[in-house]
Amino acid sequence: MKPAFLLAASAIAVAILATVPLYANGYELSLAITLMNYTVLATAWTLFSGPTRYVSLATVAFFGIGAYTVAVLAERMAWPWILLIALAVGVAVALIVGLSTLRLSGVYFVIFTFGLAELIRQIVTWYEVNVTRTLGRYIFVGIDPADIYWQLLGLAVLVFAAGILIRRSRLGLALRVIGDDETVARHIGINTTIAKVALFALSAAFMTLCGAVMAPRWTYIDPAIAFSPVVSFQVLIMALLGGVHRLYGPLFGVVPLVLLFEFLLARFPNHFSILVGLAFMLIVYAIPQGIVGFVERILRRRGDAA
Amino acid sequence: MNRGRSLFAGTLACAILTLGLGGAVTAQEPASIKVGYAISKTGPNAGGANITQIPNYQLWVKEVNDKGGLMLKSIGKRVKIEVIEYDDRSNSEEAVRAVERLITQDKVDLLFPPWGTGLNLAVGPVFNKYGYPQLAFSAVTDRAPELAKRWPNSFWFLGTSKQYVDALVDLLSQMRKDGKINDSIAMVSIADGFGIDLSKAAREGFEKAKFKLAYDKSYPIGTQDLSPLLGEAQRSGADTFVAFSYPPDTVALTDQAKVASFAPKVMFLGVGVGFPLYPQRFGENTEGIMSLGGWQADNKATADYRAKHKAMHNRDPDYWGSQVGYSSLQMLEQAIERVGKIDREAIIKELQTGTFDTVIGKIKLDNNMPVKAFPLIGQWQKGFYTGVAPAGPGMAAVVVPKPAWKQ
Amino acid sequence: MFVAAVTSGLVLGGMYALIAMGLTLQYGVARIMNLAHGELMIAAAFAALWLFSSAAVNPLLGLLLVVPAAFAISWAIYRLLLTPLVRRAPNRDALEVDSILATFGMLFVIQGVMLVMFGGAYYSYSFLAFPVTIAGATVAANRLLALAFAAVIGLGLYLYLTRTRLGTAVRAVAVDPNSAPLVAIDVRATAALAFAFGGALVAAGGVLVSMFLTFNANIGVVFTMKALIVVIMGGVGNLLGCLLAGLILGLAETFVATFVDPGLTLATTYALFLIILLVRPQGLFGTASR
Repeated sequence: MKPAFLLAASAIAVAILATVPLYANGYELSLAITLMNYTVLATAWTLFSGPTRYVSLATVAFFGIGAYTVAVLAERMAWPWILLIALAVGVAVALIVGLSTLRLSGVYFVIFTFGLAELIRQIVTWYEVNVTRTLGRYIFVGIDPADIYWQLLGLAVLVFAAGILIRRSRLGLALRVIGDDETVARHIGINTTIAKVALFALSAAFMTLCGAVMAPRWTYIDPAIAFSPVVSFQVLIMALLGGVHRLYGPLFGVVPLVLLFEFLLARFPNHFSILVGLAFMLIVYAIPQGIVGFVERILRRRGDAA
Repeated sequence: MNRGRSLFAGTLACAILTLGLGGAVTAQEPASIKVGYAISKTGPNAGGANITQIPNYQLWVKEVNDKGGLMLKSIGKRVKIEVIEYDDRSNSEEAVRAVERLITQDKVDLLFPPWGTGLNLAVGPVFNKYGYPQLAFSAVTDRAPELAKRWPNSFWFLGTSKQYVDALVDLLSQMRKDGKINDSIAMVSIADGFGIDLSKAAREGFEKAKFKLAYDKSYPIGTQDLSPLLGEAQRSGADTFVAFSYPPDTVALTDQAKVASFAPKVMFLGVGVGFPLYPQRFGENTEGIMSLGGWQADNKATADYRAKHKAMHNRDPDYWGSQVGYSSLQMLEQAIERVGKIDREAIIKELQTGTFDTVIGKIKLDNNMPVKAFPLIGQWQKGFYTGVAPAGPGMAAVVVPKPAWKQ
Repeated sequence: MFVAAVTSGLVLGGMYALIAMGLTLQYGVARIMNLAHGELMIAAAFAALWLFSSAAVNPLLGLLLVVPAAFAISWAIYRLLLTPLVRRAPNRDALEVDSILATFGMLFVIQGVMLVMFGGAYYSYSFLAFPVTIAGATVAANRLLALAFAAVIGLGLYLYLTRTRLGTAVRAVAVDPNSAPLVAIDVRATAALAFAFGGALVAAGGVLVSMFLTFNANIGVVFTMKALIVVIMGGVGNLLGCLLAGLILGLAETFVATFVDPGLTLATTYALFLIILLVRPQGLFGTASR
């Protein structure tokens, strides 16, 4: 009965969220798009990094691949085909990267993924400069912000569904064992390679689609815009602050942080950096286990008291 | 829920509603004209925005408010300007959202554009959707004519890369005809929209004028050592060195050329040559160096503008975009005062068709772009960055060859 | 041409090594992944610029002021801001995550302070910008100086760490912070010392590169990223590896720029980095300790 209740509650929540473009003004819709964008990215990030504890900075590599594929193919074919091709490219890159990085661990993996995103950006730039001789592509497709929002909402639903299904599957169990102790996992007969690479590719698939869906918003795309490392860092920070040991954890990082950024940018445009930095530090020192951990601890304490 | 509290809340809501309505009824004349802008105060674009754009916004707003505000004929009095500013963090998505916020939340009357080609294009659809004039003066794009048709509310003051290249090619052709330079050119460009657009146009222009490109390479943003490129350019035997570079590279190229005693007869560098930092750093060694933009030495209006800029910000403006940007603001001011009210459609129409008095002279736009309104190529001559092309009144004669470096 | 490529490659590599050495010490010993690294470096560059332009202090003399100040500030940062994180972290992974978050905050604060003080505009000044000829190749004196500093600091610190008692203690903490107390090493004091020393090195790097690079308040991240690549490639905590990795990257860049295509320099850097990690997952000189 409880799962059925949760399912119904989620369905209602999604239905309510789907109506946002009907009454929101331009700015509110923009804000909703940003929230949705980071929800998809941070949740997709957690899909892989949560259970395996590999901290990845490759988010923007896939996001950028998606966005750039759209920039290249826009106006040449129908939208679903563009999305499919972007997806194929993103997953192919993810599989190659996944297979080649298995020996890396800890901070070596972190910086490797960062280097990877930068390498892709450099190669795309070089190709555009020397082969196509244009840098910066224009996207004029008839996709308005409401369409983008609905597509992002659809992606968000899919990410959560994927996360829930994985947790219930054998793959999810395998991943939890890997996260606790990879050697043990291998000894009890888990094929850690397949499990990790599959999950990495799945997570990358969502990031790629997210980039593809967002691209028509900016009219103009060049590698510096598509592959901006800020995106990777922001996603990582949001997910870590929310808490990565729950599927819905990142949501608790995305919503407050996006709103906080928005508030500080508007109220203190000249002191934004200082204030956002102080806010970060305050959160780190005051809420060590992430926001979800903090909330759960309080709930537990209440439960104990009662 | 406590009933008393909800009753109280209800009363409060009613009171606020009444007050709000009352306010709306009495607000016949605007207390202020709200001008909003979202610009890169942080991130990679901040360097350019802080030199070419933000100081102009501040200067113009201060001057208008010192006069008592913008004169609105419709109500017969001056109305002061109130500024709302955001930081777009050099990010397209943030820029789009900030502009939406300015329009739909803050309900600004006018918008100033962001910095750079990418961000101006990113916010283009939003400006267009809500019908706000967009006077972009830090964007160089070959699609400017097409964009002006697609978004009639958008104005592209710096024009297309072809304009600059044509002026440069004319200048070089004349020098070659006079036997001052050979027909070989070494060119480097930054692998970013600006460098690639310009180098592409230059490649075509040079070929058409029968120049030989002895060296032609691009380098990525963030390159820390440009000496290999300069070495190759030096060995190529070209008399002309052209670099479409960004400020840090422009400084590094000058520095390295000086260290390597590489003094080509024509040295043309990219963004940054017109920045106040440049003469500060290189002093006499700037002599003969060419770049985009340039000022007319005998123009009193620009000299006054420079003095005002210096008085307010304690530094000179950028010698390429600054005067154009300030002029675009003057045009906006005149267009508003002619229309006499904040009627954006009429203001756009006036900008498209009217003739305006600015610090760089009279400007009339053609297809939303100024034509031959300001120098496209400039050169440092005796400590002044003077315009040398396109040929016309007020342009100085170009100095070739560039003198040797003073170590 | 070849000689020119080698000299400018070494000089560029020296600069990379110089900006990365402080970070490798901080991360290798104190286990703090300091994302505010580049910002501290730019802050030192601004300090040198300010001393030079307003008080006419020669940047080399400026080092004598800036470096001790950076040492003190870094020590204080570790003691006040990072020790609580170290104390509460149950394991190394947790500390890594916490330090990423905390120093990410610091990054913004330092950057914000510099923005308020200096604005976002570019700065640059000229010092020791005259040419020096070595083996027929010409390089700028200030860049050569940065290489010399990197070599001296890299080798000197390497010897110090391997040949002295305190150096051995530092290495012991780097290798196994849990067992170090068993041999009467004060782990926290040693880590604080290493962190402060790292900060001093970063500041020295900032002062030296300020003589030839154009910088603004926003540019620090670029150097943090470059430094991270060098640190990881050389092997965490290894100064010799750091020096070598810096030089390899510098040489690769100038050789590709000279003989292949300047457009591929950064692509080569990253490709080289990725390949080295694939072959040696712990970096050039790293030990498989995890």
